[in-house]
Amino acid sequence: MPVPIMKQGEYLIASIQSALTDVDLLTFQSSLSEMVGRHHTRGVIIDVTILDVIDSFAARTLRAIAYTLKLRGADTVIVGIQPEVAFSMVQLGLSLEGVKTALDLDDGLELLNKRGNDEHRE
Amino acid sequence: MNIENEVRVSVCNEMDVVIARQRGREIAAQLGFSRTNTVIIATAISEIARNQVEYAQNGEMRMGVVRNGPRCGIVIIATDQGPGIPDVEKAMRDGFSTSKGLGLGLGGAKRLMDEFTVESKVGRGTKVTMKKWL
Amino acid sequence: MMPKPSRTQPSEREDVLLNELVAHFREKRGALRKQWVNQMVAKRLLQGLTPTEVETESETIYDTCIDCLATGKYDSAEKYASKMAERGVLRGMTTEQIIGGLLVLRDVYGRSLFDKYQKDQARLSKALDIYEPVANKILSIVAMAFILEREKVVRNQQQAILELSTPVLQVREGLLILPIIGVVDSVRAKQLTEQLLRSIRERRAKVLVMDITGVPAVDTKVANHLVQTVEAVRLLGASTVITGLSPEVAQTLVTIGVDLSKVKTLGDLQSGIDEADRIMGYRVLYQKEPAAR
Repeated sequence: MPVPIMKQGEYLIASIQSALTDVDLLTFQSSLSEMVGRHHTRGVIIDVTILDVIDSFAARTLRAIAYTLKLRGADTVIVGIQPEVAFSMVQLGLSLEGVKTALDLDDGLELLNKRGNDEHRE
Repeated sequence: MNIENEVRVSVCNEMDVVIARQRGREIAAQLGFSRTNTVIIATAISEIARNQVEYAQNGEMRMGVVRNGPRCGIVIIATDQGPGIPDVEKAMRDGFSTSKGLGLGLGGAKRLMDEFTVESKVGRGTKVTMKKWL
Repeated sequence: MMPKPSRTQPSEREDVLLNELVAHFREKRGALRKQWVNQMVAKRLLQGLTPTEVETESETIYDTCIDCLATGKYDSAEKYASKMAERGVLRGMTTEQIIGGLLVLRDVYGRSLFDKYQKDQARLSKALDIYEPVANKILSIVAMAFILEREKVVRNQQQAILELSTPVLQVREGLLILPIIGVVDSVRAKQLTEQLLRSIRERRAKVLVMDITGVPAVDTKVANHLVQTVEAVRLLGASTVITGLSPEVAQTLVTIGVDLSKVKTLGDLQSGIDEADRIMGYRVLYQKEPAAR
């Protein structure tokens, strides 16, 4: 099942609806990548509110997506990690290192805006 | 060990990983585990199930309620006929130290559960038994 | 003294005797149960129970015991004991009442055997060899259930105390303060982290100031818990400032290999709050007096 990806201003917002299979994820990754390229997107938000488990595979994949998109010039922010899921992740030892996170969609957009402004100032 | 309300899930592809998590979740919820612990149990199941999909053949998980006197908890027994693990100790340690995606996830799952044992024979297969008590 | 008969391979005579015992207890159910209840009343062990409760419970307990004797399996006793614990029946009773009540029953059963076999000492001895281990096992099962129930109550109380002892304070919008006082072990660290994460989500906090001045010993374990907490907080989009970590302790931890690079550490709570404001984009409106030269 494809992940819905919406364009919101200069950003893309993807909401994960359910646990994704490897194939789904590859499709997701390439769709995102293609859209970022096409729209010259500077920021992407991936909403994982629905995910009730984030295991090492999911974490690895999210990091891989963020890395790929960075190569294409876009920042990624993961939003909506549930408190219980965050707790389980750190117990497991997952770090999501190198990936920006925010509480929800609004905060995620704010973060992207802020980073955009910071970069302009530099 | 006596497992009550035993549920069996065959783990061959990644869809089964999701199913295994669901079953584990249902059992945990029935037992009355907190939301956090339910997520923890589902995550441990996910790690082990994914191992089975990635490294082994004919993976199977049995899960259910286990008792120790008046105490009760959830038990998950994951067996497969995969290549086996030559050095279980090392695998657990690697799983512990690297969250970078390598390692078999064993160490991680062990951290999440209360009891965790691994029996493995190279060329025969692996059996992981894990429990969490209420 | 005869060796205890093995239950796994009962000899034919033991089997016969066992059946005899079971039949005896079942036959005398009415009389023996009444005897038991009367003795408990006399010892004031039934305070707080209604007559109906006494009837129902005593019947169930009596039958469960005989069941264990007959089958050699204690599942029914264990199930019953946990059910009693769950229902809170054990909670309201004293140790004396529970153990005392069962001891009386054990005596009542035992005395009835003495009566039955008074003319045959050898048979009495064998009967007791069969009966006594069963009675003792049932007693320990109930005692365990009672103890575990008590422990659960204490644990819940401790949990409540822990939560009260580490309040998460909201100073202003987006800023949470967590003053930690006392020893932090794994259990407490987990509880703190869970509570914290929920607060962050509910109050949409952007910065957490965690003050550990009140934590007496900060070793690698505690430091790792802190680092884990910081990481979990980050996953919810918030950042952490740790205050109260003396430079010496910080140095020691870094030397041990704990990664404090992702965490801002400062001396006191006020500096922590200032830093938090800075992170959130507020300007600091006052300056501390420069230290006298």
